[in-house]
Amino acid sequence: MKQQPILKVADLSKSFGGVHAVNGVGFELQPGETLGIIGPNGSGKSTLINLITGFVKPDSGKVIFRGQDITGAPPFKIVTSGIARSFQMARSFSSMPVYKNLIVPLYSARARKLKGGQYGDRDETAIHLLEEVGFERDSSVPYKLAGSLPHGYVKRLELARCLALDPEIIILDELFSGMSMSEVASILPLLERINEEGKTLIMVEHRLRELFRVVNRAIVLNFGTKIAEGTPEEVVAVQEVRDAYLGSETEDA
Amino acid sequence: MANVSYRKERIDRGIKARTDDIFAIASLQETLYLLFPRLLLIVPLVVFPLLQGIIGAYWETVFLIALVVTLLALSWDLLASVGLVSLGQALFYGVGGYFTAFLSNYLGLPPLISIPLATVSGASVCTLLLYPVLRLRGVYFGLITFAIPLLLMRTIEATKILGGTEGISGLAPLPGLTVELYVMVAIAFVGVFGLRRLIDTDYGLVLRAIRDNDRSVEAGGINVPWYKAQAVFIAALPATFAGAFIAHHYQVVGMSAFALDYSVLPLTAVVIGGPGSFAGALLGAFVLVPLSETLRQFGTLRVVIYSVILLIFVVGLPEGIFRFAQRKYQQFERLVPMEEVAKE
Repeated sequence: MKQQPILKVADLSKSFGGVHAVNGVGFELQPGETLGIIGPNGSGKSTLINLITGFVKPDSGKVIFRGQDITGAPPFKIVTSGIARSFQMARSFSSMPVYKNLIVPLYSARARKLKGGQYGDRDETAIHLLEEVGFERDSSVPYKLAGSLPHGYVKRLELARCLALDPEIIILDELFSGMSMSEVASILPLLERINEEGKTLIMVEHRLRELFRVVNRAIVLNFGTKIAEGTPEEVVAVQEVRDAYLGSETEDA
Repeated sequence: MANVSYRKERIDRGIKARTDDIFAIASLQETLYLLFPRLLLIVPLVVFPLLQGIIGAYWETVFLIALVVTLLALSWDLLASVGLVSLGQALFYGVGGYFTAFLSNYLGLPPLISIPLATVSGASVCTLLLYPVLRLRGVYFGLITFAIPLLLMRTIEATKILGGTEGISGLAPLPGLTVELYVMVAIAFVGVFGLRRLIDTDYGLVLRAIRDNDRSVEAGGINVPWYKAQAVFIAALPATFAGAFIAHHYQVVGMSAFALDYSVLPLTAVVIGGPGSFAGALLGAFVLVPLSETLRQFGTLRVVIYSVILLIFVVGLPEGIFRFAQRKYQQFERLVPMEEVAKE
């Protein structure tokens, strides 16, 4: 029996000055699923994420989250309803200690309803979240200025910011970019656990081998259009996908 | 070793680490360590209004102006903490003045009611006025705030509303300079210590985060425009109060309330005193205003001296007087020989 989709994207389009960044893209997502969005540079992956999360208003199309139309709603409302995202160009609040960065999402209307989001609990919740995404326990790192963090840790901080909101869908925009192999390896079990806890994941990635260890379905974008959809094995088998993007990557896989 | 090079090391005083919180009450020494810098600020401000017989009414009035600039500077500093650089503090100042003049002259309200009412309603109106441009960042927001007071000034001049070029005169008087000074000193203290506390709460942290990276705050589920509007309202309060209070002090309010001075002086005061600290706004105002009075005797040279002093601060002490003094008070400095380098 098929469940009601948690997220339904239908015929979403956006042009920037005549360039179709996203052109009639649609997909459905079941609760608890993990979806990868792949495609060459400039294929419209990040724009698609921005359209879903409200950071860019679509020209046409619909985004339905749990039966509710959230198309073009302001980003904070979409977050409040339960979709959190990370940014490809992750930037921390550099003038604050690392753990204080998480006070911001914990202060939001959504997090304040959760356990640990109340006044007085937030600092402790923040430290706990940092441990969860792999900041060493009892180290001084959470208390250092966020501006001094190495790139991999900024990415982890982004993930922690999403988790602080206890969302139903987490959208990760190139979480692995700039991470070393070992960093990615250490974060994969965490992503699997998050998914097992019932959270739906959408991951935009360039690093397919790592991505395909997490996701069970993928869509492929090229020039703003969806050219393939299916399991990782299915999409890499599509000739159009190979031509557009994968080519050598799959041969040595 | 022929040449040992040294590096400067800065260490927090042990007492500082312990006294950052309320536990300082545990020991007299630590309490004094905390109290001393605060008293250094509070005592002169409380004592000065009493010295009217010695100092004379002129310098007491200068003191009053310094307090006005302090309130405008506090307002500027809070806006800057959210990433909004205001070049038009005169907007708040003028709106406060005109509101209280309207309430006092046309509705016949006493200053005790018209000033608070003008403060709150003026701040609300300014927030509404600025709401559409809050999405602008950096210099663009500054340019708009720069233009609005000038625009209001010319509107009053051209349409002859609110007394036109004559202004509105005959406002109800305040009960005398000493009382006025104490009211302003009290408000300045509430402003400095209140805002310092506010910016350290989780709420204040969200405001500062907006300055750092507003997209990330939005992605954290926070309604950024709404928080910015709140910050503008809170920041407008001390400034509209200053405008309303001074209108009653002079018993007149005119177009000059929107003058550039009230936009430039607060900004300069914060630069001198130290941005983001609020205490710096007060220090800066009390350096700047008396200084600019003293420089009056130099005529046009005043502007030159004034600019040079500004340059010295911007280039030589960008952290401002307050942070500099704070650092000196809370840290040891010592020279440490760098042996590793010397051996090579």
